Amino acid sequence: MPTKYETVIGLEVHAQLLTESKIFCGCSTKFGQAPNQNTCPVCTGFPGVLPVLNKKVVEFAIRAGLATNCEITPTSRLARKNYFYPDLPKGYQISQYEQPICATGYIDIEVNGKSKRIRLTRIHIEEDAGKSIHDVRGDASLVDLNRAGVPLLEIVSEPDIRSAEEAGTFLRILRVILEYLGICNGNMEEGSFRCDANVSVRPEGTEILGTKTELKNLNSFKAVEKALEYEVRRHIDTLAEGEELIQETRLWDPDREVTRSMRNKESAHDYRYFPDPDLLPIIVKDDWVGEIRRSIPELSEARKARFIEQHKLPVYDAELLTSRRDIADYFESALKSHRNSKALSNWIVGDLFRVLKDRRLDEQLYITLWPIPPEALAELVRLIDEGKISGRTAKTIFAEVLDSGRFPNEVVAAKGLEQLSDSASIERAIAQVLTDHPKQVAEYRRGNEKVFGFLVGQVMKATQGKANPQKANEILKRKLTKEN
Amino acid sequence: MNLSALTLHEASKRLRSRELSSQELTEAVFQRISEAEEKVQSYLTLCKDSALEQAKRADALLKAGANLNPLLGIPIAVKDNFLTLGIKTTCASKILDDFIPPYDATVVKNIRAAGAVITGKTNLDEFAMGSSTENSAFFPTRNPWDATRVPGGSSGGSAAAVAADECIASLGTDTGGSIRQPAACCGIVGLKPTYGRVSRYGIIAFASSMDQVGPLTKNVEDCALVLQAIAGHDPRDSTSADKFVPTYAAALTSDIKALRLGIPKEYFTSGMQPEVANAVRQAISQLAQHGAIVEEISLPHTEYAVAVYYIVATAEASSNLARYDGMRYGYRAPARDLAESYMLSREAGFGTEVKRRIILGTYVLSAGYYDAYYLKAQKVRALIKRDFDEAFKTCDAIITPTAPTTAFKIGEKIQDPLQMYLSDLCTISVNLAGLPALSLPCGFDSQGLPVGIQMIGKHFDESTILNIAYAYEQSTKWHKQKPKL
Repeated sequence: MPTKYETVIGLEVHAQLLTESKIFCGCSTKFGQAPNQNTCPVCTGFPGVLPVLNKKVVEFAIRAGLATNCEITPTSRLARKNYFYPDLPKGYQISQYEQPICATGYIDIEVNGKSKRIRLTRIHIEEDAGKSIHDVRGDASLVDLNRAGVPLLEIVSEPDIRSAEEAGTFLRILRVILEYLGICNGNMEEGSFRCDANVSVRPEGTEILGTKTELKNLNSFKAVEKALEYEVRRHIDTLAEGEELIQETRLWDPDREVTRSMRNKESAHDYRYFPDPDLLPIIVKDDWVGEIRRSIPELSEARKARFIEQHKLPVYDAELLTSRRDIADYFESALKSHRNSKALSNWIVGDLFRVLKDRRLDEQLYITLWPIPPEALAELVRLIDEGKISGRTAKTIFAEVLDSGRFPNEVVAAKGLEQLSDSASIERAIAQVLTDHPKQVAEYRRGNEKVFGFLVGQVMKATQGKANPQKANEILKRKLTKEN
Repeated sequence: MNLSALTLHEASKRLRSRELSSQELTEAVFQRISEAEEKVQSYLTLCKDSALEQAKRADALLKAGANLNPLLGIPIAVKDNFLTLGIKTTCASKILDDFIPPYDATVVKNIRAAGAVITGKTNLDEFAMGSSTENSAFFPTRNPWDATRVPGGSSGGSAAAVAADECIASLGTDTGGSIRQPAACCGIVGLKPTYGRVSRYGIIAFASSMDQVGPLTKNVEDCALVLQAIAGHDPRDSTSADKFVPTYAAALTSDIKALRLGIPKEYFTSGMQPEVANAVRQAISQLAQHGAIVEEISLPHTEYAVAVYYIVATAEASSNLARYDGMRYGYRAPARDLAESYMLSREAGFGTEVKRRIILGTYVLSAGYYDAYYLKAQKVRALIKRDFDEAFKTCDAIITPTAPTTAFKIGEKIQDPLQMYLSDLCTISVNLAGLPALSLPCGFDSQGLPVGIQMIGKHFDESTILNIAYAYEQSTKWHKQKPKL
């Protein structure tokens, strides 16, 4: 019988922090600026410069640590990681080594309906390097140092992950947590949320870890999952053929969907970490941690559970609504104006989501300027619930509100879109329809109930869609039977 | 007397009374430079034009009586490891041969704000690594007392310039003795303040946990005045202390009665030049005559200081000097690829001593050696600090020789780095412990070379050692002697 293997995965996530300025100087962190615009002598490693730690970075790291059940280190240190590369101006990266700011936390994930705890080894702060650009000029590589000194969190998991799917789930949950905390925009394609994976396999039931490989260039959730699946298969196949694995770093090639060797253990760097003498130890006082703890919002998992419980929403709706903090906030503020949770949810996950995507508003971390304010959406649902407009008219009004910025009530009044509910008007319209379509009336009366829909449609058309459909149905049915 | 021989205090007084203009003083200094420089070679870069302009501005302020800073209109030389906006800053290295800084070091900014006139940039051992200024990539500076001898180092240019009256005062840096040892060799006053007292921002880093800026002056009073202008917290330097800065000149009372002076027995070793030990012992008894209480003490871990220093300092240097890679500024060698570019640029750009220390520092931080060297050294460093903490429980200051010998011959030790490293035997522990210490003249040897005495104070207590030095200086004439050039 062939050996069954267990997959062992540990992840290392780099999350760019959303501070206004860089970690050790006052330069802006704004994305998409002209190359080397966001630089100064400090972040370009000029002689004589010294780093000064941005307090916000420490605060954000503590937020992340508290939200992932970590212990906050009372005295942590910044250390230098030494290596040469043109996009690393000082010849060392300021990071943390022996005393990271957060240690031993965990995140609970749900896989196939079962809850599972993934432990975190540590979370530490460090500076990002610049960007090397190799493909613009044939004769030279270019370096853009705008990113040099942008603050990063490195979040390291224990090797508790057992499949590519678990890895994907872990990453998604982690990303939502960071987004909820307002400290990272989680954009994998832009590189503000990056992931490396350590993967190995071992015969099921054994404890000793197999030879691991480190995977890099995982630029999307899909890449993470596919690369891990590929790599696990490669490990198992290699072992099955009686060959040995090499401890190495491998790059994921998303075009060919394979991993390629980048460097092996022997050529691995000796980073010569040592405490940075330019920076004092980071001392975190308990009352500051308490203050930060109190500022942490309700996180997605808790909110999801509450939405199911309190707002009586299906799991699917609750999950979608809490996938972003701004959406969940939007939902709850709309709910304050009109308490129909399911209807509001339907509008949000359907129509509103489509608009956000079309207008690329979903690329923002936290939307503050909504295309339709939550109160307006609530008003729209209330108009339906009160029978003042039909569902179909509501769609028209929704579009109108988007275009004009006016509230649904105003649109209804201005365009006379209020539903016809008085029987007299509807009856008049129906009488006309019956007169105009004797053939269909006759057919219905012969027992072909299919034409009923057609006749309803004609009534709606005659009333410009304003007829209360329920009433129109009732009256039409009555008229058709009565005159039989 | 040539005007350039004035002390800062005297010159300042004359400027204020308008007996003298800053332009006259600055011109006198440049006159002196033109006479002495050929022999001494203190300066790497002279800034005559901008200096005269600054002098003119100072005169305008003096006329208006607006600025009362004692540095106003005073010609000051700055060691070439301070970044000076628009003025070439080489650190005496080929790798920064053409480097023109885009900003001023905080200290430079401060003395400019005080109205000082910057005469130029003085020579040093490349990247401040050395004790003789022979490691300058450009030329060695000579001792004004004997041109065949070294001025000490690494602030040899700054010390020689003061001793030769090529400036009124100067600024240097001290990582293991680089202000005090050349001050001793050149017969002037040099102070290394407490680590954190003066901003390091804009100083080309050698060993970040020990580098400190300080004054080199013609007497103690001048030293207090320059320290005043540069001391204080700098938000750009996280290691600079946010602590009250006293008025140092006010501490100069000459009253040292009942002050307890510790004399560590470990500092009077057999390898010491007897004339140095004698001069220092004599100075100590003179201090006792002034009412100070002298007692022998022990700093038991002294013998490890040099070893610890050359691990910690080189480790930090190996990392600090990584930025000189030819990518953004400084020398870049023509090369076929990236690895070659790094190797050729650094090979040609750095001198032998700098390379030796980078290699040493890289080694002690390497995987497998870190614990045995770097970590162990840090532990011993803590013990050395503790020795001082213990000693200061019963002492107000500690008195030692500044250097084991007077100035040695050019070329005498350059081939033997270990011998050279021992020049800092008496000064290194102070940097490891972050304490303030000064050197001042206390006599001459049989060859007419100056001897220096070192006074070490408690953390942030520069006032006490300045006052002890002042009391001693008041009763001697050593500091008034001038080299014959």
